Amino acid sequence: MGNLADVLIKLSIATVILYFVIKILSKGFDKITDIIGNMEGQTRRKLIYIIVGILLILPLLISRYPYILRTSVVAIMYVVLALSLNFVLGFAGQLSMGHSAFYGIGAYVTALLMVNFKISFWIALIASAIVAGFFGFLLGVPTLRLKGDYLAITTIGFGEILRLILVNWIKVTRGPAGIPGIPSPKIFGFTISNNIGYYYLILLLAFFTVFISSRLLHSRLGQGFIAVRDDEIAAEAMGINSTYLKILAFVLGAAIAGMAGSFFATFVHYVNPDNFTYMESVTILCMVVLGGLGSIPGVILGAIVLTILPEALRGIALYRYAIYGLLLILMMIIRPGGMIDMDRLKGGKKNEDFGGNRSNKVIWRTNSSK
Amino acid sequence: MFLEQLSNGIALGSLYALTAVGYTMVYGIIRLINFAHGDIYMMGAFFAYTAIAYFNLPLVPSFLIGMVCAALLGVFIAKFAYTPVFNAPKINLFLCAIGTAIFLENFAMLVWGPETQSFPTMIKNEIYTFGGFKFTKLQAVILITSILLVLILSYIVKKTKIGRAMRCASQDMVAARLMGINTNKVIFITFALGSSLGAAAGTLVAMYYKAVYPMMGFSAGLKAFVSAVIGGIGSITGAMFGGLIMGIAESLGAAYISSGYRDAIAFIILIIILLFKPTGLFGKTVKEKV
Repeated sequence: MGNLADVLIKLSIATVILYFVIKILSKGFDKITDIIGNMEGQTRRKLIYIIVGILLILPLLISRYPYILRTSVVAIMYVVLALSLNFVLGFAGQLSMGHSAFYGIGAYVTALLMVNFKISFWIALIASAIVAGFFGFLLGVPTLRLKGDYLAITTIGFGEILRLILVNWIKVTRGPAGIPGIPSPKIFGFTISNNIGYYYLILLLAFFTVFISSRLLHSRLGQGFIAVRDDEIAAEAMGINSTYLKILAFVLGAAIAGMAGSFFATFVHYVNPDNFTYMESVTILCMVVLGGLGSIPGVILGAIVLTILPEALRGIALYRYAIYGLLLILMMIIRPGGMIDMDRLKGGKKNEDFGGNRSNKVIWRTNSSK
Repeated sequence: MFLEQLSNGIALGSLYALTAVGYTMVYGIIRLINFAHGDIYMMGAFFAYTAIAYFNLPLVPSFLIGMVCAALLGVFIAKFAYTPVFNAPKINLFLCAIGTAIFLENFAMLVWGPETQSFPTMIKNEIYTFGGFKFTKLQAVILITSILLVLILSYIVKKTKIGRAMRCASQDMVAARLMGINTNKVIFITFALGSSLGAAAGTLVAMYYKAVYPMMGFSAGLKAFVSAVIGGIGSITGAMFGGLIMGIAESLGAAYISSGYRDAIAFIILIIILLFKPTGLFGKTVKEKV
């Protein structure tokens, strides 16, 4: 209690600094968004090749710094998780706040299969995706009747129930003690045991997810998702089967989150229920929204920034989560569309007037009359 | 055993109800799940604790100080974190609320420390029996305070001018503004009322469990939210019933089913009720106009 004045002063300074930093960065993000948005297909492809190339040689450059390497593996894992939530939240517009449950299901399925039945990682990975996808289907069904806030609390409930089952079903999950000793994956006789191996493994998964996301977004199905998100009734009137699409989004998001969970289990060799709490879901949600809902480069950037930020702020250990909270508030006030705004990305500067004025009935509803 | 659990459940339920009413009021006005509500509840408990432990004030003034400070905090949050994003997409407001919750938790940790502080015993532990119904003095105090506060609140909402303005704003913000209601003022007063109720509940919980800690708002906020949704979010009567149902179900469930799944019971009830009545027990179904 004695240090109240001290804490208040430090946090006020932090707020002011953050405010200006975000203001300045905001301009930069707008520039980047416009550049990406106005790029020709050819240049864009070249840029993607360059980024892929950098990502491929990156671990060789930073292999001397194990901490940075490990953080990048975690960051890429969060990219996969954030993109998987993006299917549900960004594309189909369903506010799901229990995403860590799918991640947890994937991790536990892999852990149980690999430890108890000595099954190969690759089969466990697929099994995790299938089981998580099945649970996504189970959760997707009630969404047919629930909207917005009711859906949010139901998904929170689903996540909490799952976590409590993991804690209490001691016979299978060993409860809070968790499952240790998950073996490393093997490929063509080689065992992936160091972080460089894990880096390439998760990078592969990330490429797969980005590929699915971007192909989906430009396909008939993806446009259907967007239509359901923007206005479900109008979409139905146009003959889109919104029931099917919503469930599909949940299944797809859950399956990919399950794969990320599966990777997590072999990466840290140990799973325990504390890894899959509600806060984890909130973190993933923040990555998606802060990065820019629905925009693939935005979500990737959001995941990377929000993974690195708490690490970078380690110097001010005690204050870092208070600052994290401040950052969320300020970002949402200054940049409502996220770092890389999807609308701006699609239409370049032309769409500027519509920024932040979307009118979806489920997530986007503003506080006017209805 | 059963009656004992029932009185436990009623005391717990009235606390959930008190917190849930705050949730529901804010939701009714600005359609926001105020994720920071649980943390305002925690801050209220800490304010009261500070008044008692550092300034040696008696219980009732400390209790009121907790409520007033929390009300000011609520208005402050509404002013600086929520109103700037009112016209942005709803998910932004949602994230602002989450950011506020994270901020408040860590702020409390910085100021009061992360460890659990013991809340001084202010009410002696006397046990009354009433026709086989055993309850402690503290439980009686909790129940009476909750009923009193909810009665005051319903008087404000139903009989006063500002209450009428609040009901108008919850029906249609734009139309209310056109009729000359200062909707900003209404929003701030709603936040003040909701937050002070949350703080009252927080202080009572701290007295009940004799502990205050920065994370205490998290699960309480979640459960109060569940209570509000069970009752039909936006309805004050619904929130009270939801809170009582939750409290009783939790106490009985923990005693007769399994204490490990104590927290899951709340969510299972929630999911079952929402499956059959998607807008909660007392919620109105709003027809969507195209």
